[in-house]
Amino acid sequence: MAKKLALIASKGTLDWAYPPFILASTAAALDYEVCIFFTFYGLTLLKKDISDLKVSPLGNPAMPMPVPMPNFVQMLPGMESMATMMMKQQIADKGVASIEDLRRACLESGVKLIACQMTVDLFDFKRSDFIEGIEIGGAATFFEFAGNSDVSLFI
Amino acid sequence: MDFDKEVDAKNLNCPLPILRCKKGLNDLQANQVLKIMATDPGSVKDFEAFCKQTGHTLLQLDQTDKVFTFYIKKRNDAL
Repeated sequence: MAKKLALIASKGTLDWAYPPFILASTAAALDYEVCIFFTFYGLTLLKKDISDLKVSPLGNPAMPMPVPMPNFVQMLPGMESMATMMMKQQIADKGVASIEDLRRACLESGVKLIACQMTVDLFDFKRSDFIEGIEIGGAATFFEFAGNSDVSLFI
Repeated sequence: MDFDKEVDAKNLNCPLPILRCKKGLNDLQANQVLKIMATDPGSVKDFEAFCKQTGHTLLQLDQTDKVFTFYIKKRNDAL
């Protein structure tokens, strides 16, 4: 019987979008059955257009920067966009997959994507904001799958 | 070494070589051989782990300069 991987994706920044989609697509390639439950800011990763994901150096002291930058500089308008642009360039230069590609790989390999009903309501998202092929469910829906999983991670 | 399909995963980073490998194997029949090339140094360990877990056989690994070439035989009871 296939092994099972259950993930919770709770973050919606460009950097933190990677771990759930990398692990899910790889596990699917290893013949795992995979389910990702998207909650809070993670819901952003299910939107139709995810080309505007951002990464911020502010409050993120471990983020490698070309020059050391104090917090008050990072607050300036445009710094977040600049950091995001630099990160995207780096991603392309190093042959790292785009989030769009990894999400597509997940969908193609049958990874189950579940949007958290409560946070969909909380943030006033609409079903039409999200891509096709996802489900909307609650914590009990997650446990229906996670309860029988071999690996379960909160990201 | 003879092979039935070739996949180029050069200049791609984790996990793309493994995803391309899986995709390539999907197009093959049992016991056919996939040749896949990668430049990601992490791919050596990853391909060994991939084969160990999926039951496909890593027949051969060649390294020239910075390119790793894997020959993988598709498992017999493949879905």
